[in-house]
Amino acid sequence: MAEHYSSFERGGRRWLLQRLTAVFLIGVLAFHFLLLHFANHAADITFAGTQARMSQVGYFATMWLFLVTATFHGVNGVYNALVNQGIAGTQKTAVKWGLVVAGLLLVAQGTRVALAMNGFL
Amino acid sequence: MSQSYNRGTVEDFGRWREFSAGMWAWIFHKFTGWVLVGYLFTHIAVLSTSLGGAELYTSTLQGLEALLVVRFLEVGLLAVAVFHILNGVRLLMVDLGVGLEAQDKSFYASMVLTGAIVIASIPTFLGGPLA
Repeated sequence: MAEHYSSFERGGRRWLLQRLTAVFLIGVLAFHFLLLHFANHAADITFAGTQARMSQVGYFATMWLFLVTATFHGVNGVYNALVNQGIAGTQKTAVKWGLVVAGLLLVAQGTRVALAMNGFL
Repeated sequence: MSQSYNRGTVEDFGRWREFSAGMWAWIFHKFTGWVLVGYLFTHIAVLSTSLGGAELYTSTLQGLEALLVVRFLEVGLLAVAVFHILNGVRLLMVDLGVGLEAQDKSFYASMVLTGAIVIASIPTFLGGPLA
């Protein structure tokens, strides 16, 4: 086989979830960039425009799923990169729970932001 | 028929001159991943101004966009995101066993396409009112 480099143990649960979230993120990240830099220029963004977009259920759900999957993909990627670098034992446990807490806090704060943007908060 | 080569470990950065395309792809994917996850936390922090009211949110975003350095950082972010997406598609293909023989060429294609998309996007990113 040709050379293949990865920080992930192929076939594992973390590997699979990283791939599944990647498929979703490829499309949504590209959409996010196109919508907020090309269709709408970033310099023209206002709260009213953001609120109009976030008031649409489909857009709100897509952006919230974007938050959750991007957080998981990022945090899982960092964890696997560090495991690949050789962390083990207490260090590995501390990194794991540190990243879990950081990820949960980010999703919680992102959810508050999303609710403020659609006028719920 | 593909061949196997013993090129040593990719973690041994001191040997970077001997690295193959697959090793560079691994390094760039990891680097862009670190940048993107760092940006994600920063992005939510900036967007948290929405919790302080419409005026604070709009003035913060427009104030940042008025800075030329932010526009350049956004071009950098686009480069990082586009490469991570294109190389991510390449990785999915590799994992599915598609195009293994051309995995080095697909890495070069990811680099060239990233460069082309970023250069073509510069006028859009640098356009609009600046401070």
